[in-house]
Amino acid sequence: MREITYSEALREALRQEMRRDEHVFIIGEDVGIYGGAFGVTRGLFEEFGEERVIDTPISELGIAGAITGAALTGMRPVGEIMFMDFMTLASEQLVNQAAKIRFMFGGKATLPFVMRTPAGAGTGAAAQHSQSLENWFVHIPGLKVVMPSTPYDAKGLLIASIRDDNPVIFIEHKLLYRVKGPVPEEPYTIPLGAAEIKREGQDLTIVATSVMVQRSLEAAAQLASEGIEVEVVDPRTLKPLDAEPIIRSVMKTGRVLIVHEACKTGGYGGELAALIAESEAFDYLEAPIVRLAGRDMPIPYNRTLEYHAVPQVENIVAKARELAQGRI
Amino acid sequence: MNVEKKLELLRQMYTIRIFEEKAEQLYALGKIHGTMHLSIGMEGSAVGAIATLRPDDLILSTHRGHGHCIAKGADLKRMTAEFMGKATGYCRGRGGSMHIADPEGGNLGANGVVGGGIPIAVGVGLSLKMQKRDQVILCFFGDGAANLGPFHEGLNMAAIWKLPVVYVCENNQYAMSCSTRRAFAIQRISDRAAAYGMPGVTVDGNDVMAVYEAVSAAVKRARAGEGPSMVENFTYRWRGHSKSDANVYRTREEIESWKKKCPIKRFRALLIEEGALTEERAKQIEKQSYDAIEAAVTFAEASPEPTLESIEEGVYA
Repeated sequence: MREITYSEALREALRQEMRRDEHVFIIGEDVGIYGGAFGVTRGLFEEFGEERVIDTPISELGIAGAITGAALTGMRPVGEIMFMDFMTLASEQLVNQAAKIRFMFGGKATLPFVMRTPAGAGTGAAAQHSQSLENWFVHIPGLKVVMPSTPYDAKGLLIASIRDDNPVIFIEHKLLYRVKGPVPEEPYTIPLGAAEIKREGQDLTIVATSVMVQRSLEAAAQLASEGIEVEVVDPRTLKPLDAEPIIRSVMKTGRVLIVHEACKTGGYGGELAALIAESEAFDYLEAPIVRLAGRDMPIPYNRTLEYHAVPQVENIVAKARELAQGRI
Repeated sequence: MNVEKKLELLRQMYTIRIFEEKAEQLYALGKIHGTMHLSIGMEGSAVGAIATLRPDDLILSTHRGHGHCIAKGADLKRMTAEFMGKATGYCRGRGGSMHIADPEGGNLGANGVVGGGIPIAVGVGLSLKMQKRDQVILCFFGDGAANLGPFHEGLNMAAIWKLPVVYVCENNQYAMSCSTRRAFAIQRISDRAAAYGMPGVTVDGNDVMAVYEAVSAAVKRARAGEGPSMVENFTYRWRGHSKSDANVYRTREEIESWKKKCPIKRFRALLIEEGALTEERAKQIEKQSYDAIEAAVTFAEASPEPTLESIEEGVYA
């Protein structure tokens, strides 16, 4: 199969959906002629014109309101917020309006929109351009939260998100944009709520999200050379969560390490840990459930400090080794 | 405007007044859960503005939205049932007073967040324009909302894209307890329209015909593709902000002086003066509204509560 980048996979999903359905349009800051701050929408302005690839003023709340109102009246907008940090500016509309309108109206309204936004550290952008705020949105009933970790998942999940009749928060990662992987040329969907085993193993389960899936796979490859076989599970959609493959994997291995980039306290890992502890997998645990997550601090600018603020491959290898060897 | 339509506007104003007076009674009797925001004294604004619309046009309302809902043609029975949290209500008891919506009837919802509808109107306007539908969206907000960020983002976006939006500011002079004198350094909120490159006018919000004329011009402009406008209806709420308001921030004299400017009495007197209405006919219209509300309350009281089995319905599509 041909290999393209995560960024190209996203662009292909947008292009194919816009060709298929005239109700789909893109709206955000610098998404037009500029092609998006990270280049994801490059070329779409040329193909679809300014009426369907809409540049906005710097008005994040306005963008969120625009996709809410447009979705409420028959369109399928795809909004873009340039950095996930700025989702804080858009959150009134997303949290109080879009997430609740269908419920408040007694089920009589449908809001099919996607809000794309890149999260994550590693680019030297410091504290206001590096956050991973997925759990803010996981906590809001009415929203779905998607976090693809590969080019294949990026395309299939974005198409599924555009076709979904709910507001979807679609969280990309800046460091994944250039990652290459096999992606079919034709349109396809990955259901929202389908986890995937990215690597099979019997000694230890790692549940990881977004860029941490890539790092966990690297860690797993290293550990394999030491004779430790790691199973890597990617939830892919945090909400709705497909818990079954996670629980089954933990029952198989008896040991679980949860890895995410967001700050540990109040992060998604706590939810996963509780879910495993509440499940039938509890009786199969041979060690405590362990979380490896971002430090509880803002992302620092300095390259070395930034590197150490979030889990890296060597941290995952070390923690997984300890867990697998019964030292935790 | 023909006589028939004028009498219809009077009927709507009575219906809103009587609905809200009834709502107060039901609250006092403990039949209403939560709180409510009454627009008594502001009926001219809702009725005059919405009278300019076609049935297929859309509105976005506010927390003080009973008047908008009635003027947009809501079924009083379903509206009252929603108010009482019943399964037969517009939102099946999920929304209540602050979230009554009737998308089929063009009411895209009241809103519990001040200014919450202003950015949504941008999206609705954009959607109407993209789909080449010749409808317009009337977005109500209060004086308090004009000091929020969403006001700035929303009006600017509507203006740069020439969207078919009419922003109707219902200036009742108080954002809860904070008077416009304390919250604005300008006299007229409509002066802000100029900053977004759209027309803005201020009218006497207690003069239903003045509201109608001003909003008509704005609707015509929006429908012609010439972009948004702002109309400020200067008015006054007789009641407190919500049910917990002890009115300590204003004088009894001030409230009484505004009661003398009642939009309903004023319009009724005008119609009698014009020869369009007799005292007897006026009483009939008032009675008609009263009977409709009574029937709605009877319907709502007899309606079932939502079932517990359905509690999570509507969270996701």
